This record gives sequence, structure tokens and C-alpha cells, in this order.
Amino acid sequence: MKAFWTGTVAAIVIAIVAGFILKAENESAKAAFTTSSARVSSN
Amino acid sequence: MLTFETGLRILRRAAAALLLGVVVAFANLTPAAAQQPANDAALMEALKGTLSGRVSIPDEKSGLLQQPRGREWREMREGPVKSFGGWLLVAVVVGLCAFFAWRGRVRVEGGLSGRTIERFSPTERFTHWLTAVSFIVLGLSGLNMSFGRRLILPLIGPDAFAGLTEIGKWSHDYLSFAFVLGVFLMAVIWLRHNFFNALDAQWFKDGGGILKKGVHPPSSKFNAGQKILFWAVMLGALVQAVSGYMLMFPFYFADMAGMQLSLLVHAVSGILFVALILAHIYIGTLGMEGAFDAMGTGQVDVNWAREHHSLWAKEELGGARAHGDD
Repeated sequence: MKAFWTGTVAAIVIAIVAGFILKAENESAKAAFTTSSARVSSN
Repeated sequence: MLTFETGLRILRRAAAALLLGVVVAFANLTPAAAQQPANDAALMEALKGTLSGRVSIPDEKSGLLQQPRGREWREMREGPVKSFGGWLLVAVVVGLCAFFAWRGRVRVEGGLSGRTIERFSPTERFTHWLTAVSFIVLGLSGLNMSFGRRLILPLIGPDAFAGLTEIGKWSHDYLSFAFVLGVFLMAVIWLRHNFFNALDAQWFKDGGGILKKGVHPPSSKFNAGQKILFWAVMLGALVQAVSGYMLMFPFYFADMAGMQLSLLVHAVSGILFVALILAHIYIGTLGMEGAFDAMGTGQVDVNWAREHHSLWAKEELGGARAHGDD
């Protein structure tokens, strides 16, 4: 079952890395589709 | 003679009367809706179902408030997709239960020999589990997005459901990359074993060797059923990846119509994918004795190999020793 756990860990690591990359590269929808004066928060 | 106090008393009474008059006037006002009955149908007819205007914010699409195709899309999503899709999954589960009740577990008829040969290498098993674990989470989180509000929220309440769905949504987005990588690796390592040949027709005629006892059609590394599964996974993963990434990066590649189509395609294809994999999980665990070992330890019993993949077993055993040989 070593392959099962290795595959599971690999899937989690890939997901975490993807999450960091996408958060760093993408701006949120509310930032992308509004002007700064229309936003409630500073994001 | 008019004194100051008298004037003050008059003013106070006049103010009170005026205030009373304003209160009475407001009380008698009726809302516009009551005065003029809502006439949305006529309004929508006049606008031909579309409400749009001009906006000054960067998102120009927000100028379109309403479009008839959006309503059709929502009716399709909330109606046929959810009802047919949901009942399809129920039918698959019921069907598998019925098949198991009728056929029972497919046993190794010659009995387990105690000798094993390697069926799948560590690399193959890693690839399978990378894909499978990702798929399980993708499938469950996806089904929650389609059916969770109706089926799970009443059970666990809105707060717990919101938290669960948020975790599911992020998991769904980020595990997609692991799933796509897993399918790509599967294509690289298994493509050459999954081209159809004349043996596959015989395999189908014999019912895959699982409908009747004593019937074991010859098969190489992968039988016809597994080949169909392979190509279904390749196609399904491609459809899910394309439609899914169009949804994850909204309006990068598609307009409103394209986004609506992507969601419908993703939902329908996802439900079909889950139905297919439910059958795969069944036959690989409960349905067939010795099958899980192939992906669990990588070692399968020699008698299992000879019954279910005779040509592959002959190739592997020819000149080689099986584990457990003296």
C-alpha cells in the first residue's frame, strides 16, 4: 500500500503548490471586475 | 386682545393638527404595486426578455442584467441535469447491488495457488492512486456542488454545509491538477496496451468471463472492458479538464454562452464519469476475488492471472519464476 500513500501525498502536495501559484498569479474576481472606489475592502 | 400665551397655544394646536394631518395622509397612501398590479410579463415581452444598459466599471458584462438564455440554462441545470443525473447514479448503485446479489463475488475457480506474479509495478500503482485519490475528492466535492444543497444541507445545517462546501470547492479546484497529471501519466505508461484487437470481440461475446462460471475468454494485459474504461477515462478527463478550466478562469476563453455551456457539459460529464468509476470500484474490490491485490500490493495470484488474463500470464510466466515457487 506504499504506492497508495505516495500517490495520496503527491496529490495533496500538487494541490497545495497549485493553490499557492494560483493565488499569487490571479487577482480575485471582485478585484478584477471593479474599480478601487467601488470596493468595500482593500483587496 | 391677543397675548403671547394665546398665540403660543394656537400655534401648538395648529402644529398638532398639521402633524395629525400628515399621519393620516401617510396612512392612506397605498404602495404602487397595489395601485398598479405588477406587469412583469408585459414588460419582459416589451424588452424581448433582455435587460441591458451601460456601465462605467471595468466589467462591461455587468451591463447585461438579464438574458433569456440564462433562464433556459438555469432551468436545464436545475431540472433535467439534476434529476436525470441523480437518478442515474441511484440506478447504477442499485444495479451493482442487484448484480452482486445475483452473481455473487467472482471467485478464482481453480482456487488461489499461493504463488504470485507482479501485475503492476510501483510506478503504475503510484500513477493509478494519484489519479484515483484525486478523482474521489473531485467526484464527492462535485456531487456536493450539484446535489448537496438539497440532500446534505437539511442534514447538517447551513453553517456546517457552508464550511464543507467551501473546503470542497477549493479541493476541487486544486486537486484537478493532480488528476490531470495522473491521467497524463496513465496515457504515457498504458496507451500501448489499450489498442483493440480481435480478442476483444470474443471477450465481449463471452460476457467478459464474469456472467457465467467456467467461461474465461483469453486476454492480454488489459481485457476489452479495461480498454473501454481506459479510453473513457482519457475522454472524460479531457472533457472535464477543458470545461473545468474554462469555469476556473471565467471569461478568459469563453463568453457568457460559452460559460453556461461549460457548466452544463462539466456537470453531465462528471455525473457520467462518477457512474462509470462506481462500476470500476465495484469490480476491483467487492466484485472479483483477487482483483484489488493488483493495485494494492502489485502482486496477483498465478491462478487469478491464468483465469482472467491468460495471454499476459503466459508471457510473464514463460521462463520466469513466480513468487512462492520453491
